[in-house]
Amino acid sequence: MNAWSIAPIGLALAWGIMGLIFWQRIRLLRWLGVLGSTSFVALSIALLTMVQKEKFLILQVGAWRAPFGITIAIDLLGALMVTMTSVLAWFIALYSLTEIDESQVRYGFYPLFFLLLMGVFGAFTTGDLFNLYVWFEVMLMASFVLMALGGYRAQLEGATKYVLLNLIGSTFFLIAAGLTYSLTGTLNMADLAVQIREIDNPSLPLVLSALFLIAFGIKAAIFPLFFWLPASYHTPPVAVTALFSGLLTKVGVYAMVRVFTLIFPFNGTILQPILLVLAGFTMVTGVLGAAAQWDLRRLLSFHIISQIGYLIMGLGLFTPLALAGTIFFTLHVVIAKAALFLVSGMIQRLTGTFNLKSLGNLAQTQPGMALLFAFPALSLAGLPPFSGFFAKLILVRAGLEAQQGAIVAVSLVVSLLTLFSMSKIWQEAFWKPARREGKGILPVHMWGAVGGIVVVGVLLGLFANPIMTLSLQAAEQLLQPSMYIQMVLGGQP
Amino acid sequence: MGFMILLLTGFVLTFTAPWIRRRLRKWSLPVFLLYPLAALALLWNISETIQKQSAIAVSLPWVPSLGVNLSLRIDGLGWLFGLLISGIGALVIVYAHGYLHHHPQENRFYGFLFLFMTAMLGVVWSEDIFLLFVFWELTSISSFLLIGLEHPEEKARKAALQALLVTAGGGLALLAGLVGLTLITGSSNLSVMNTLNGKIVQSELYLPVLLLILAGAFTKSAQFPFHFWLPGAMAAPTPVSAYLHSATMVKAGVYLLARLTPALGGTPQWHTLLTLFGLATLLAGAFLALGQTDLKRLLAYTTVASLGTMVFLIGLGDSLAIKSAITLILAHALYKGALFFVAGGIDHSAHTRDLNRLGGLAGTMPFTAFAAVLAGLSMLGLPPALGFISKELVYEAALESASGGNALIALIALSGVTAVGIWVAFLPFWKKPDEQTARGHGEEITLWLPPVLLGLISLGLGLLPGIASKALVQPAVEAVLLKSTPVKLALWHGFTPMLALSGLTLAIGTVLALNRMRFQPAVQTILQTLAPISPERGYERGLTGLKHFAALQTNFLQNGYFRRYLMVTILSGILLVGIVLLQSDSLPWTSFTPPRFYEVILVGVILTGVFSVTRTSSRMVAAALLGMMGFTIALIYLLYSAPDLAMVQFTIETLSVILFVLVIYRLPQFTRTRGGPPAVLDVVVSVAAGVLVTVLVLTLSAVPHDSLVTSFYAENSLKLAQGRNVVNVILVDFRGFDTLGEITVLALAGIGVFALLKLSGKTEAIRTSSQEETK
Repeated sequence: MNAWSIAPIGLALAWGIMGLIFWQRIRLLRWLGVLGSTSFVALSIALLTMVQKEKFLILQVGAWRAPFGITIAIDLLGALMVTMTSVLAWFIALYSLTEIDESQVRYGFYPLFFLLLMGVFGAFTTGDLFNLYVWFEVMLMASFVLMALGGYRAQLEGATKYVLLNLIGSTFFLIAAGLTYSLTGTLNMADLAVQIREIDNPSLPLVLSALFLIAFGIKAAIFPLFFWLPASYHTPPVAVTALFSGLLTKVGVYAMVRVFTLIFPFNGTILQPILLVLAGFTMVTGVLGAAAQWDLRRLLSFHIISQIGYLIMGLGLFTPLALAGTIFFTLHVVIAKAALFLVSGMIQRLTGTFNLKSLGNLAQTQPGMALLFAFPALSLAGLPPFSGFFAKLILVRAGLEAQQGAIVAVSLVVSLLTLFSMSKIWQEAFWKPARREGKGILPVHMWGAVGGIVVVGVLLGLFANPIMTLSLQAAEQLLQPSMYIQMVLGGQP
Repeated sequence: MGFMILLLTGFVLTFTAPWIRRRLRKWSLPVFLLYPLAALALLWNISETIQKQSAIAVSLPWVPSLGVNLSLRIDGLGWLFGLLISGIGALVIVYAHGYLHHHPQENRFYGFLFLFMTAMLGVVWSEDIFLLFVFWELTSISSFLLIGLEHPEEKARKAALQALLVTAGGGLALLAGLVGLTLITGSSNLSVMNTLNGKIVQSELYLPVLLLILAGAFTKSAQFPFHFWLPGAMAAPTPVSAYLHSATMVKAGVYLLARLTPALGGTPQWHTLLTLFGLATLLAGAFLALGQTDLKRLLAYTTVASLGTMVFLIGLGDSLAIKSAITLILAHALYKGALFFVAGGIDHSAHTRDLNRLGGLAGTMPFTAFAAVLAGLSMLGLPPALGFISKELVYEAALESASGGNALIALIALSGVTAVGIWVAFLPFWKKPDEQTARGHGEEITLWLPPVLLGLISLGLGLLPGIASKALVQPAVEAVLLKSTPVKLALWHGFTPMLALSGLTLAIGTVLALNRMRFQPAVQTILQTLAPISPERGYERGLTGLKHFAALQTNFLQNGYFRRYLMVTILSGILLVGIVLLQSDSLPWTSFTPPRFYEVILVGVILTGVFSVTRTSSRMVAAALLGMMGFTIALIYLLYSAPDLAMVQFTIETLSVILFVLVIYRLPQFTRTRGGPPAVLDVVVSVAAGVLVTVLVLTLSAVPHDSLVTSFYAENSLKLAQGRNVVNVILVDFRGFDTLGEITVLALAGIGVFALLKLSGKTEAIRTSSQEETK
């Protein structure tokens, strides 16, 4: 028993309630955002240290022993994801100080922000399948309102598409969870892992896996289920888009990783090639979508999809190295992507537009911004010595080891196309003569937030070893679920 | 360790050089020179070790969990390349101070230059192949930035992108190849790999690995058919062309091939591919050069030809060929760098690089002319320049190789190169000026000193071949071949076939050079005819095709129609689950109790309701029908003895219908959006979804199980949780945490409703430039 495991959820809830208490106190709320996120960072680092020592932090909520109550369990993967979320949230909170306008703060931006994080933390830490569904709902509702907050026409349209298509995903999830319960009579993930392995007919778990794949695939925006993402991500304020890009789809991927390692290991089944094929298509369609865009934020949104393909590729390969690749890649891409979105927000702030056609000459007028763009952009394209390079290297290596040359080839071509579309932004926004010169200066904490997140990304590449080691350990843990199962069901070993 | 610190300093300089330049202005020159001079000093320091055929190695962990380490190892080959990179680098810094003076990008140019210099030194000093790859890609990035230095001009931007895509594309292939190589050998250390030739060659991965690595090396070293980016890269300022695109970076591919010769070489595949591509590049480069009139493009294409020669020689792979390759690398770097400097000086002085408009500059630019003569001697392969020795060696190696055709091809191509050498090095200075000749005005010391120095070194090494062979070439050759190989270069070998070929080359070259006006238009015509099938056109077509395809597929997939999104999403779900269901055998299909008649009736009512909802054109009716279906479902709950659940459902349905009715009056007129064939598809998808879920429920619930959880709840809800209503106890106690989450959802929805009501009504989209999705 370790009560710390519920701390992220509890803390986020507490801050969310604080946000509601100080409703309409705008200045206070803004700093509450930063303060709250700081507490998350501190907590998550503490959790990461504890997990490294104790392997698992497990709490049976209400002291109902598993599988009768709800289990909250943090393993290394969960702790890494919580840490990533907290770090991202911190920078977003800093950036939001001026990016989120007053009316949005007045109507609940900060409570929504914290409750969204509560949902994300919940998803990363729960050990119960239905509880995971509940956190998905929390996230969905919070993100829907955040997306629509502001009331612009485009926002509403985007948010509607977003919520409706995601509800389809939730429906699949609910159906899958219900059927799983009717098959096994339990919802506790560790118990499920035991029960599913005892089922004689291998087809039944496989069918359930397919349902979960669809459910989480919609959340994760894989091919051909990604439509909601490009339809909506360019509409809310950039800080919100950056937050979403870092969290929502990644929770979907996390859920896949968790469910497909712990409960339904699919290696050797038909789902493995299917997953690899989907990974390839996700990469390709995403990056081609990006190549066709002229709106900076839309272009970046399509890249989210493309990068999800890499994460799925790691899962599909299903070796320790590949899963470590997925984990490291997730951390890398969340930071790099958020940084790029935030830079695009700076550009928009300065020039009033996201349109690449009317931007230009920023390398001359804003050399600092050019640098802040160049690092995460190169990282995203997988160029060394940035984190994206190691993320790609580990996946390529895992792919070749598993003799899956095709997906490796696709991933390499896609990374060239990523470089192409990054250089398109560079050429259009930074190099070509400007049609519209930006003026004014940006607030200092905006520079601080973006500079900070870029530095974090660069450090993740230059000092990749600690995080890479953790990713490898986390992957090891995932592929040996017996330990997790024993810890959850059997109490102390 | 000193080398490691040097490289680190280089990266620091990358970011600080612009600032230093801005603060110190003219005085930044000596500061900047410190870096390459320090590199030279370090190399000088270890020269004794190098002469003894040993190497300096240093290693620090970087990402040991992936087996990637900061391992450097400087042997004879790395030493020679290091000398070239830092020596020519120092001259480039001097040159750039004159050439780029008052250039708008002057300050950051030095940042990019140091990035390149450091990366290039890293490439040739890396022991860990992934570290090598890191530096390799950094040279591509710095090359991109330097080619695009004149970025307000579209030509520069395009050329930069072209160079980046070609070299980075090759880089990705290289990465895959290197990973493959580590998988075979189990090590990422070059010197370990180089001892495992047998294992590598026998591996079934050998051919793919070889092809991938060659793709990387060939793109970087501008081999045919990837050569086209190099002339494009001439959009960069001349110091960049001299440094990156002739003396050093383009030789990285050659370096890699030489470096991996012990690991990958010695097979028919290696031999065939390298000599084939090398000769093709040599021919193509020489021929293309003959059609040019721009000084820099002339030099660029002859660089291509020389790179082809180097690859060809490495492909031959015997000690003579390697010896001649190394000599050529050295000679070429010296004379080609000098000639680029000269071309830049001419451009600076006469404001043109067009052969047709140049002439008679010897008077106004005596020192530059002197440098041109020195370098020209070497390029033409005239004694006593180093180029003469190198050309002799090339012919010797070609003659010794099995096929006599090699020498013939070399003769033809090198004659062309000779002609170009005469044009570039002599024409601008000694041709009689005519009315369209541009006038030159003076020369600056920063612009003539570097080429003069290079020319003198070239001459000096030719006059003292002993030094060249003992100190420079032999250590490098031995580092490539990993065996002791005495190298003796000499100017005079007696009357040999090589000498005859050299003379013949010179004669043909001179004849070609003197008749430029006569045959150059013909070459240009041929090139124009071939243009549609040229690799460059292929690249452009590929790029345009890619953009078209990207737009096409994106418009097709992300077309803005929500109905389509919905349908594809659901259809994908059905297909995936369906496929899995179909391919898996023996689902338990059997035992469930036959439905009772009132169940059939209720289901019938629901189905009728569903059908009617899709047919009605009144919102009110639709709401009522939905309510009816909800009530029917509640009745089913009742049948299965869940009265409390049914009560909840009744309440919810009643409320929903009331709310619906209240809202409906505020909504605009209901219009049917479509009908006809697409509607049939909708029906099919919906029915399929329904059938699928039904099948799933029937099959999965057919498996008997005894749930511990259910019985635990039933037994303990009163005993442990003090509640008689099990469902309630589950909701508030056993699984109370879920309820907390659900309450949060409600709170969120509350905030949402409030905020949307208060904030809506702003129709003007400020944040998004275009209102809706791409259509």
